Amino acid sequence: MQPVVQLEDIHRVYDTGEIKVHAVRGVTLTIQKGEFIAIMGSSGSGKSTLMNTLGCLDQPTSGRYLLDGIDVSGLGRNQRADIRNQKLGFVFQGFNLLSRTTALENVELPMLYSKNRLTARELRDRAMHALDIVGLAARHDHFPNQLSGGQQQRVAIARSLVNHPQVLLADEPTGNLDTRTSIEVLGVFQKLNDQGITIVMVTHELDIARFCKRNLVVRDGLVVRDEQVKDRSIAAIELDRHRDAETAAKLTGHVA
Amino acid sequence: MRSLSTCFIAIRALRRNKLRSVLTGLGIIIGVAAVIAIVSIGNGAKAQVEAQVASLGQNVISILSGNYTSGGLRSGGGGAGTLSPEDAIAIAREIPDAIAVSPEVRDRAQILANGLNWNTSVIGEGTDYLLIRAWDLAKGAMFTEQDVRSVGKVCIVGQTVVDQLFPDGDAVGQTLRIRNIPFKILGVLKGKGYNLFGQDQDDVVVVPYTSSMKRVSKRTNLNSILVQASSPEKMDRVQQDITDLLTQRRSGREPDFTVRNQIELAQAATATANTMTLLLGIVAAVSLVVGGIGVMNIMLVSVTERTREIGIRLSIGAHDRDIRIQFLIEAMILSGLGGAIGVALGAGLSEGLAYLNGWNTSIPAWSVFAGLGGSALIGVIFGYFPASKASQLDPIEALRFE
Ligand SMILES: Nc1ncnc2c1ncn2[C@@H]1O[C@H](COP(=O)(O)OP(=O)(O)O)[C@@H](O)[C@H]1O
Ligand SMILES: [Mg+2]
Repeated sequence: MQPVVQLEDIHRVYDTGEIKVHAVRGVTLTIQKGEFIAIMGSSGSGKSTLMNTLGCLDQPTSGRYLLDGIDVSGLGRNQRADIRNQKLGFVFQGFNLLSRTTALENVELPMLYSKNRLTARELRDRAMHALDIVGLAARHDHFPNQLSGGQQQRVAIARSLVNHPQVLLADEPTGNLDTRTSIEVLGVFQKLNDQGITIVMVTHELDIARFCKRNLVVRDGLVVRDEQVKDRSIAAIELDRHRDAETAAKLTGHVA
Repeated sequence: MRSLSTCFIAIRALRRNKLRSVLTGLGIIIGVAAVIAIVSIGNGAKAQVEAQVASLGQNVISILSGNYTSGGLRSGGGGAGTLSPEDAIAIAREIPDAIAVSPEVRDRAQILANGLNWNTSVIGEGTDYLLIRAWDLAKGAMFTEQDVRSVGKVCIVGQTVVDQLFPDGDAVGQTLRIRNIPFKILGVLKGKGYNLFGQDQDDVVVVPYTSSMKRVSKRTNLNSILVQASSPEKMDRVQQDITDLLTQRRSGREPDFTVRNQIELAQAATATANTMTLLLGIVAAVSLVVGGIGVMNIMLVSVTERTREIGIRLSIGAHDRDIRIQFLIEAMILSGLGGAIGVALGAGLSEGLAYLNGWNTSIPAWSVFAGLGGSALIGVIFGYFPASKASQLDPIEALRFE
C-alpha cells in the first residue's frame, strides 16, 4: 500500500542573518495509513519544525516530501493552502479557535475555503456531524469562552476533521490541558484512529505518547529512535483508573 | 468563486466587533453627512438666490444716476447726475423694445397713520413699475398716468407698512401722511419678502415719481430709471440703445449714468452662492478623506490585533486573495454603511438647519449617490494597504503571534 507520508532527507535551516539554525538535519520517514504516531523530544529539538513541514505550513530547505503520493515540496503558497485545506487537519496547543465565533461557525470555517461549493445547509450538517463525533453537538452555539479547555480542543478537532483529511496533525494538543482532560482528548484521537484516520502528534510527555501506536524521538533535528508502542494505554481504561484515583484522594483527604 | 463566502466571512467578522465597527464608520459618517448637508444647503441657497433674482422682474435693465466706473472715482448711486424724467420719456419713445419704463426717485421718510408712525422707504415710480417688477396688488389698484401728470397725493403700500400702521383693518381708501402731507392709499402690494441684500421689499410706499419730486423728496433729478426689455435676447440691444440715446442726449459730455442689467446681478449672486458651496464642499470632502484615513488606521490596528485569526485562516486553507478580499470587503462595508448613515444624517441635518433658519434646502440625488459611492471607494482605497498587509502574513508567524 502507498504510504500517506514519505519524507526523504528533509533539512530545514533557519537563516536569521548572523547565525544559521539547522532545526531539521536529514529526516527520512514513512507513515502508513492508519498510523498513530507521537513525536517526542526535548524543547528545541525540532519537533514543531518537522510538524510544520508535514503540515505544508513551512517548506523544507532541501529534501522531498510526498503526501498521498504527490510531491508537495515545491508547491507555491496558495497550492499549499489547498493541500492544507483538503488533505490535512490541524490541532494546536493553544486551540486557535476564532473568539466571539460559535463552535459551529468555527467548525464550518475550513469548508468556507474549500474548492467545492457547499450550501449553507450542507455546511451546517457537516459541521454538526463533526461536532457530534467529538461529543459536542449540544454545545454548537457556544462561544469558545463559554467552553472548557478540553471542550475547546474538541471543537478544534472537529474543525480539523470536517474536510475529511488524510492526516491529522497535532502539535502538543494536550499541552494546555490537565491530565484528565488530556486523556479525554486522547480518547477522541484513539476513536478517530480506530475509524482509520492517520494521526501525528507532538508531545514531550511519555505518558501521553503511550496512547499512540508508534513513538519517534527527535534530538537535534534527527530522528534518533523509532519504535512501536508495546503496552499501549487505552483512554477509556485510563479515564476510569484516573477517576478512581481521584475519588480515593478525596476520601483520604476527608479522613485526614 | 468563493467571493460569496468571503463576503459572508467579512460580515461575520464585523459582527464580532460591533463597537469597533461603529467607531470606524464614524469618521465616514461625519464626512458624508457634512458633504450632503453642505451640498443641499448650498443648493437651497442657490435656489433662493434665483427666486430673489426672479423677484426683481423679468428682463429688467436699470439706469443708475452717476458713473460707477469713470477713473476709479465713484459717485454714490443717485448722488450727482442729471438723470431726468425727460430721459425716461425719450427711452420709452425712441426704443421700441423698451416695453416698459419707470422713472425712479428713492427716499426715506417718516410716515403717520392712525396715530402710529413708521420710518420707511418712499419711492416715486411711473405707472409701469409693477409691470416691470412683476409685482401684483393684493387689494385696490395702481395709480394712473393721470395721477402722475397731476402730481397726485396717492400711493400704494407694501405689506409691512400695512402691518405697522393698519394693524386691524383694510388700508385701501385710508390716508397716511408722508412728511405731513396726506396721501390716499389706492392699493396694497402682495408680499415679496427679502431681496438679495437682505432688505424687506414690502417695507415700502410707492407714489407717482412726480409727487415724490415735487412734494416728498423735493429733488429735481431721478435716482434711476427701470426699463423692461421685450425679451431676454433683446437685453443687450436695448442696453446699448439706451447708452447711445443717453450719451447723445448729453451731447458728448462725460457720461453720468450707468446701465446695469438684472442678469449680471443674478450671475454675481449665483456665483457667490456657488463659490461658498464649493469651498464648504471642499472642506467636507477633506473631512471625508480624513475619515478614510481613519478607516485605514483602524483596519491596520485590526490586522495586527487579528494576526492570530489570519494565521488560523491561512493554516486551514485560505489563499492570500481570500484574506485580502475579506479585509477589503470589511473596509468597504464599514465605509459604505458609514456612508449610508452619513447620507441619512446629512439629510436630517440639512432639514433641521433649514427648519431652524427658514432656509430652503434641496438634497440633489447625485449627492446621495456620490456620498454612497464615494465612501465605498474610500473603503477600497484606504482598505487596500491593510488588506494586502494581512494577506502577506506567514501562517506560522501569525499563529505564534500573542
Ligand atoms: N522561525 C524561526 N527562526 C529561527 N529559528 C527558529 C525558528 N523556529 C524555530 N527555530 C529554531 O529551530 C530549533 C527547533 O525549534 P522547534 O522546531 O520549534 O523545536 P521544538 O518544537 O522541538 O521545541 C530551535 O533551536 C529554534 O530556536
Ligand atoms: Mg514546539
